[in-house]
Amino acid sequence: MIKDITIGQYFPGTSPIHKLDPRLKLILTFAYILTVFFCKNFVSLAIISAVLLVTVLISKISAKMLLKSLKPIIVIVILTSLLQILYTDDGTVLLEWWKIKITSGGLYMAFFTTVRIILLVAASSMLTYTTSPTLLTDAIERIFSPLKVLKINVHSIAMMMTIALRFIPTLIDEVDKIMAAQKARGAELDTGNILERGKAMVPIFVPLFINSFTRAYDLAFAMECRCYRGGEGRTSLRVMKLRARDYITTGIFALCLVAIILANHFLPAVI
Amino acid sequence: MEQNFLEFDHVSYRYESEEGEPQLPLAVNDVSLSVKKGEFIAVLGHNGSGKSTLAKLSNSVFLPESGKIYVNGMDTSDENYAYDIRKTVGVVFQNPDNQIVASIVEEDVAFGPENLGVPAKEIRERVDYALKACGMYEYRKREPHKLSGGQKQRVAIAGIIAMLPECIVLDEPTAMLDPKGRKEVFETVQHLNQELGMTVLFITHFMEEAAKADRVLVMDGGKLLLDGTPREVFAQDKLLKSVGLDVPRAAELARGLKKKGIPLKEDILNAEEFADAVLELLGEK
Repeated sequence: MIKDITIGQYFPGTSPIHKLDPRLKLILTFAYILTVFFCKNFVSLAIISAVLLVTVLISKISAKMLLKSLKPIIVIVILTSLLQILYTDDGTVLLEWWKIKITSGGLYMAFFTTVRIILLVAASSMLTYTTSPTLLTDAIERIFSPLKVLKINVHSIAMMMTIALRFIPTLIDEVDKIMAAQKARGAELDTGNILERGKAMVPIFVPLFINSFTRAYDLAFAMECRCYRGGEGRTSLRVMKLRARDYITTGIFALCLVAIILANHFLPAVI
Repeated sequence: MEQNFLEFDHVSYRYESEEGEPQLPLAVNDVSLSVKKGEFIAVLGHNGSGKSTLAKLSNSVFLPESGKIYVNGMDTSDENYAYDIRKTVGVVFQNPDNQIVASIVEEDVAFGPENLGVPAKEIRERVDYALKACGMYEYRKREPHKLSGGQKQRVAIAGIIAMLPECIVLDEPTAMLDPKGRKEVFETVQHLNQELGMTVLFITHFMEEAAKADRVLVMDGGKLLLDGTPREVFAQDKLLKSVGLDVPRAAELARGLKKKGIPLKEDILNAEEFADAVLELLGEK
């Protein structure tokens, strides 16, 4: 039942998108998300949407998978759209009834917000769909390593992420086992109201936490035995090097960015 | 005379008790032993006999309360050596799940060499070498949680081998495995010892595994009770039973038969020897 959580889900593949340098992918995704918020008319919004569409097509990630990632945000999208429609006063009034006033500006705002949220979530999903979690944490460590100057231990944070990702399946298995054990002793996990169900979770989480501490203790020993002593002087199996395809991708993205800036500048802003 | 590779000199160790609680008894009590290069030593003992503590003492994770431990002449209580000692003596623990750090097999095996600051190209060579030595090369791109227990434990062993230690200490590496996984892991360790000349300290409570070692140590209540070849040790069946240990089943059966007047030969340790002895007996008749 818990097996289908999609945090950091990765679909292995050999597309050019998969093969991009993870550092670049991370930075481009970030740049993409920022750009989404600067699109002020339909042309620029169309360009930025097209960028994602092309990426999805090249990566061969199925549309179904991408839609699945959008499912959890439906409520947020509907809610924000409604608020935008109800509370925006700009533009021509299209409908007025009692205290509710719907304006063209409100509809535009709602449309832009919806598209922006969808693009934002889809773009970050694309990042995790096409990049393995270990590569991603590695990339994060490398990109943020200059923060060392600020006494932020980037290596430790990346290490924690690596270990957390590594232990997710292990802990899920463990939860399954504990649940089976508690059910065998007569625990009722699937009945009752929310409060009762919540209470029934206590005997699952207590052993889970205790076991996790044992695991942490063991793991610390094992890491120490393998000469781990923090990020100092560590090397890596993986060499990250920018290749031709990375430069080409960056070039294409930059061109799209220029197009969006031009569209924003020369065409009237809708919102 | 060969230099002793690992030397315990009157070592005692005590786990710290909770504050306000009385002091715990010694987990390891005045143990002296020496290990030569290339030996395959099995350490036997039931729970709480101090055998697992030996593992953590051997690479300076625990420091002895009294006595000295030397690895290749380096004193484990000297902090300056800790790193070199851990590079020389690798320890594998019981639960493979709790020793694997990364989500991809080869990345986990690379963890040790990465910590040692080995250049990327050499890490690749070491990882391939270690995975091949443990028979896990074809699994290098797999996710550890999708492997069987025996395979996971072999990944953990490969992770140690990639650091190119001279000695590998295994703390009940087969305790959580099914018979198939146990066999896989034991054979891997035997291969490391016989083909690559690695010194092995194999802590176990399976007599059949201990019977295949060059030398067997028996721990009881923190003390070293017996130290000898498997034949010498398993001949002491009364003493072994008194500390809650068994002799290998084949040895026990042979002894029982002999008591009933069947003239089997002395010192039978495993099923193969037992079968040979029976055949010999039948051939004679």
